[in-house]
Amino acid sequence: MMLRHFGLATTLAATFALASPAHAVTELQWWHAMTGGNNDVVNKLAADFNASQSDYKVVPSFKGGYADTMNAGIAAFRAGNAPHIMQVFEVGTATMMSATGAIKPVYQLMKDAGEPFDPKAYLPTITGYYSTSKGEMLSFPFNSSSTVMWINKDELKKAGIAAIPKTWPEVFDAAKKLKAAGHATCGFSNAWASWVHIEQFSAWHNVPIGTKSNGLDGFDTELKFNSPLHVKHLQNLIDLQKDKTYDYGGRANAGEARFGSGECAIFLTSSGYYGTAKGTAKFDFTSAPMPYYPDVAGAPQNSIIGGASLWVMGGKKPEEYKGVAKFFAFLSDTDRQAKLHQESGYLPITKAAYEKTKASGFYEKNPVLETPLKELTNKEPTANSRGLRFGNMVQMRDLWAEEMEAALAGKKTAKEALDAAVARGNAVLRTFEKTAK
Amino acid sequence: MEKSAVFNGKLLPYLLLVPQLIITFVFFYWPASQAVWQSFLREDAFGLRSEFIGLENYQALFAQPEYYAAMLTTLVFSTLVAVLSLSIALLFATQADKNLKAAPVYKTFMIWPYAVAPAVAGVLWFFMFHPSLGTLARPLRWMGFDWNPVLNGNHAMMLVVMAAVWKQISYNFLFFLAGLQSIPKSVIEAGAIDGAGPMRRFWTIVFPLLSPTTFFLLVVNVVYVFFDTFGIIDAVTGGGPAGATTTMVYKVYADGRLGGDLGGSAAQSVVLMVIVIALTAIQFRYVERKVQY
Repeated sequence: MMLRHFGLATTLAATFALASPAHAVTELQWWHAMTGGNNDVVNKLAADFNASQSDYKVVPSFKGGYADTMNAGIAAFRAGNAPHIMQVFEVGTATMMSATGAIKPVYQLMKDAGEPFDPKAYLPTITGYYSTSKGEMLSFPFNSSSTVMWINKDELKKAGIAAIPKTWPEVFDAAKKLKAAGHATCGFSNAWASWVHIEQFSAWHNVPIGTKSNGLDGFDTELKFNSPLHVKHLQNLIDLQKDKTYDYGGRANAGEARFGSGECAIFLTSSGYYGTAKGTAKFDFTSAPMPYYPDVAGAPQNSIIGGASLWVMGGKKPEEYKGVAKFFAFLSDTDRQAKLHQESGYLPITKAAYEKTKASGFYEKNPVLETPLKELTNKEPTANSRGLRFGNMVQMRDLWAEEMEAALAGKKTAKEALDAAVARGNAVLRTFEKTAK
Repeated sequence: MEKSAVFNGKLLPYLLLVPQLIITFVFFYWPASQAVWQSFLREDAFGLRSEFIGLENYQALFAQPEYYAAMLTTLVFSTLVAVLSLSIALLFATQADKNLKAAPVYKTFMIWPYAVAPAVAGVLWFFMFHPSLGTLARPLRWMGFDWNPVLNGNHAMMLVVMAAVWKQISYNFLFFLAGLQSIPKSVIEAGAIDGAGPMRRFWTIVFPLLSPTTFFLLVVNVVYVFFDTFGIIDAVTGGGPAGATTTMVYKVYADGRLGGDLGGSAAQSVVLMVIVIALTAIQFRYVERKVQY
């Protein structure tokens, strides 16, 4: 009897299983590098999209930090198992762009799938980074940020600093006062040293990082960040490092905790640090634009973005691409973007989402979140401040950090370190150029 | 009286060797030959285009002053780690070999660190000694010592050496302890009766009898510092500051996996492979002569 029931049950199950292909759900793999609160945001976006329709299912998976996620994706591609969507940080852009065949350009994807798509609806300072010189959008902007200066208002007040410093000389001055007022180990500091002091510094002062519009106009580019202005700035940091008026805090974002703990009262890092600052800082803090040298004509110019975008991998089935296109259209929705921006602290990617947030009076209550937007749109971007696109940038950033560390440790002069960083970077660029033909 | 079996068949011995040969081929010769082949290629990260360029990767490698710096760093790092982890483990093992009540507990605690993954060990040390976050770095600063591994290369080197040594002590300890326990007590007692003090007994009786173990551990430790330490370095210093802790194996990892330069990275691993084979050969040729089995 039992056996017969079992047989019946399996027959029934089989019938249902056979019936279901009419409603087959196409799974779309989404590999990302978001941790903490941002990981929740990613999961919620996927869940909302899956609930909004029944043909596709987006499956997000966390693959480690930005570099890890990119490496995992590349390894998976080599093994023939690439995900559909991969989150890649901004410095991986050139590597992804040159991988013709490995990726499916987003403008092509949207066209093929017949999804409504207007590249002009997105903030140009963001999409410029991910588009060809013809304006074709290659990847879909997801989480974008920029460098801002985080300020511990309580400590500034205690040290008798009336206004938030605007220029580098004012920052140095404030740092000395902070040091005298008890911040013996750190007047000011930063994370992501090469991003802050080379990449953003150059854009903000409208000087080139490299030729060919910082590589946006071709891979045969030469680095240029050993100019007198760059040397002067690094020399200032070297001099201030001696008594810890400036104190280098290590690679990547390792030093960020020094702001949250109150050790450093002035700290330059990503605007994406907002979520963490909100959770950890037990003092009144705000963000301010990056400082500039007032004797540089036209400074400040505008900042460039950081963060990541979503790349669609090549070699997938047309119906899968249809799903990806639907998902991107879903992400572009104004209300959704506005909410995403207000919760995560990353920039809104569409103009409409920015306008909506502005109109709602959100920035009056949360000026912290408007700083990066003001920096990015401070002036019309120039060839030096539109963005950057250098091959093997991940490796290069490490080389640049190495040279800066040598200079700050007193082993090299500012000029020697920057010359070496440029020369070593150029060698990497030449290797990349040969592989990216 | 002598018992010996003679197999006349030619096939059987070879057949018995086959599984071992297959494993060696699949897990060593095949990947190694792939690395050699890749070192002659220029390839993009995705493996879409590759081009045979002969020895260009090697030429580029030996033109880099940073590569020689990495060699020197490797020499300093491996010497420090091998000497420290062997001597500290030997000291602990001799202490654990004494008749103590708590010996089993002591031994268990000694072996635990070996179960910790290198990257986890690295993160642990990173947090203890981070200049501003570290629980152990703060007391150092209070004592007026300007501890700063994010900018001072020597401090960073000390940190990775400590982490790598700490990780390896357990393994060495285990072997030394086993070696010590296999030494017949009667020999040592005879020495004691003849009036030799503990130090003299150790250096004239115990240490020579431990030499096979020491030699084995020396070879294993050299291979460990050359190949297995990049996880620790990556987590503790990321090769910095200014390349002060970039060893050869870490450079292979950084250029290949993080930088996407597979050809250059493959060339480096071939060079590394040659060095380790040479080192092992030297150890067997010259050091092993001093070993008494």
